Amino acid sequence: MRRLNPSLIAGGVIVAVIVAMALVSFVWTPYDATLVTPSSRLLKPSWSHWFGTDKFGRDVFSQIMVGSRTTLFVGVVAVGVAAVIGVPLGILAAMVRRWPGEAIMRANDLLLAFPALLLAIMFGAVFGASTLTAMIAIGIASVPSFARVIRSGALQVMRSEYVLAARAAGRQPFPIAVRHVLPNVTSLITVQASVSFAIAVLAEAALSFLGYGTPPPTPSWGRMLQESQEFLFSAPRLAIFPGLAIAIAVLGFNLLGDGLRDRFDPKLEDRR
Amino acid sequence: MPEQIPTERVPTDQIPAAIQVVDLVRDYPRPRTSLLKPAPVVHALRGVSLEVKQGERFGIVGESGCGKSTLLRLIAALDRATSGQVIVEGTDITRLPERRLRSLRENLQLVFQDPMSSLDPRMRVRDIIAEPLVVQGHPASGARVRELLEAVGLSADAGDRYPHQFSGGQRQRISIARALAPRPRILVADEPVSALDVSVRAQVLNLISDLVDELNLTLVFVSHDLSVVKHVCDRVAVMNAGEIVETGSTGDVYAAPQHPYTQRLVSAIPTLQRALSGATTSDLLAKGDPA
Amino acid sequence: MSDVLSVRGLSVSVRDTALVSGVDLTVGAGERVGLIGESGSGKSLTALSILGLLPEDVRADGSVRLDGVDHELVGADERRMSRVRGRDIAMVFQEPMTALNPTMRIGDQLTEAMLIHKTLAKPAARAAAADLLDRVQLPAETLRAYPHQLSGGQRQRVVLALALANDPALLICDEPTTALDVTVQALVLDLIVRGVMDRSSALLFITHDLAVVATVCERVLVMYGGRVVEAGPVSEVFTRPRHRYTEGLLAASDLETTSRRLTTIPGNVPPAGRFPSGCVFRTRCANATALCEELPAWTGSETRGFACHHPAGDADA
Repeated sequence: MRRLNPSLIAGGVIVAVIVAMALVSFVWTPYDATLVTPSSRLLKPSWSHWFGTDKFGRDVFSQIMVGSRTTLFVGVVAVGVAAVIGVPLGILAAMVRRWPGEAIMRANDLLLAFPALLLAIMFGAVFGASTLTAMIAIGIASVPSFARVIRSGALQVMRSEYVLAARAAGRQPFPIAVRHVLPNVTSLITVQASVSFAIAVLAEAALSFLGYGTPPPTPSWGRMLQESQEFLFSAPRLAIFPGLAIAIAVLGFNLLGDGLRDRFDPKLEDRR
Repeated sequence: MPEQIPTERVPTDQIPAAIQVVDLVRDYPRPRTSLLKPAPVVHALRGVSLEVKQGERFGIVGESGCGKSTLLRLIAALDRATSGQVIVEGTDITRLPERRLRSLRENLQLVFQDPMSSLDPRMRVRDIIAEPLVVQGHPASGARVRELLEAVGLSADAGDRYPHQFSGGQRQRISIARALAPRPRILVADEPVSALDVSVRAQVLNLISDLVDELNLTLVFVSHDLSVVKHVCDRVAVMNAGEIVETGSTGDVYAAPQHPYTQRLVSAIPTLQRALSGATTSDLLAKGDPA
Repeated sequence: MSDVLSVRGLSVSVRDTALVSGVDLTVGAGERVGLIGESGSGKSLTALSILGLLPEDVRADGSVRLDGVDHELVGADERRMSRVRGRDIAMVFQEPMTALNPTMRIGDQLTEAMLIHKTLAKPAARAAAADLLDRVQLPAETLRAYPHQLSGGQRQRVVLALALANDPALLICDEPTTALDVTVQALVLDLIVRGVMDRSSALLFITHDLAVVATVCERVLVMYGGRVVEAGPVSEVFTRPRHRYTEGLLAASDLETTSRRLTTIPGNVPPAGRFPSGCVFRTRCANATALCEELPAWTGSETRGFACHHPAGDADA
């Protein structure tokens, strides 16, 4: 019987709710999130508009629902890009001889030092602002953290006796990487992925806020925040709803990451 | 083409050596501590020579840092020597590239010390045992795995489970099964029972002993525990600080150690018999304090 | 001679599983008592319960009293226990690196041990630290060293010095030399024995190594499955064992035997908490009968006894 893992449960629930919201938004939203209705501008929350409406009369709740799609989409693709590049890079750096390994990590550090947002803005300016450029930029900016974490995990695996046994059996380096190293760093990958997801959510919001992310009219939590700026005192709810959504999403993914890490680490010890 | 060692003509009735080590040296460079002085070097092995005959049970005894693990790795071609030779079954393997070591990998297998970390936690037991076979291109037959599990006293369904579901002694059995999979002629065991409880140790030692007899293997048994080596092996080499200080039959070395280090080692081992005849802790130090 | 440590009916359980049941043991002043057992026997848990260092969801019941401490140790709150630890009871664990603060110099750690319990003022503590190191045969320079600069054996000697700093009434050692080389072990064992003899402290020595217990201790208790199965003077228990497990353990550890094969105890130790009802050893005992499904009562006295329905040596009185 394992101890209850509150982080895993809380994080899991939050993430599940967001995913459910995104899925549901494909088939139903209370209103069309992009429909401009000048007559219904800046309405307070009511039974007909649960979160009220924005300056264009668009239903805020519907926007939050559709916006979750963007958030998740960007997160998944960004983390995917980061993992597909970062994991092999980390494993490679751990398995080659000393100097090439160090060289790879120093190049990695350069990328790490480069401000992610700046990179994304540059991408946006060069290739045009769109969800795609945001995803790829955030993904590339997340590569260094993956590479570092995976490299240290892979180094530990390489030092283990079972890898020594595999070498004694005659295994070549590439099969060792695939058969032994990769499976034993998956828990690290999972944890890093959920943490990077949280960062990606924030990054996308920031980019949209600055105008370099998802262009209108596609709803995006970040842009909703930006558009709420002029109404900060008159209608603070327009900032609170998307802001809370971002905060809860980030919290959820972080908790999930913590919970997954706790769940995988004592696996071998807590056998009661 | 295996390189032949230049020796004198060997009489046909003399059994060839399974393992020969000639003046083996292994140095490790350490990171620089000063810009002016050269980088310090760790001399893990300072010219070690020994010979293990076919079918022999040979023990290597020493404390931590004596170089026994380094010696094992060099014999198993898991590391490169700085100088000297390692000759296994007539082939000089010292400087052979990995792709030429295939027959070594089939004929010499290792059992490691730590039952916790010598098995990949993410692999099922049957895959762990079959790995040497798979790597060497033989089909991974379920029958062979079951045969091996039975030989080490584990049930056939153990193959479906993961290492963490087994106790330390059982994991050592899995380790032994893996080592025996490619039908090696030489079994090298690196402290195989040091991490085990007394009653489990007895079981695993019996298992190793039985298998070595049954399969006619040459056994190299490394340990820091001279009592264990005395029970299992016919001859023993005592190592200290990268050198072999004494070699001989285990009975002789234990009863009448010649080298001062061996004498200190023997007197430091607490035994039930000595304790019951009144030995105290100060008697363990009878030959002088260690450095 | 009054007992320094008196343990009565100690039981340790986690959630609903019993890990240690009904342990009675006493250690007198200046006495050296060994607690022998293999993994899963509950010996380390017994030591941790005495010190109040059990993990969070693990509970202890029963009584542990220490001479000179006026309250019950089982269930005592952390504030009271922290005054007892390091002063009245000290412990040496297996892993010296975890007992030492890697960021503090050895000398500072030694003086801190004395200052916490207010045994000495600062200047006197510094002199005492140097003296303590000398008694474990470490040079004075060690005072200024950090733990990572020392070898395993040297660290363990520092831990021993720390433990003895405040002249504890009871020293508990849990596998203190298992991770050390044989020659270093010999030195550390000798230092432990001399350390407790100099201070007339009581010693509770926990290990799985029969030879070590026989060399270090006068009395021994054998644990299996969370219970004490046999107790008595070392010379008797190891030459005329009564409990079948003790008998099996002695046979299995006899490496001097001339036969190729060692005597083994059939089967494996059941996982913690899954020991059989009645006699804990009956599933592996060649002499077990239906009677053994009932928990065997303790035969003999506190200082020499066993719990077995079919003990060895029954035929010869």
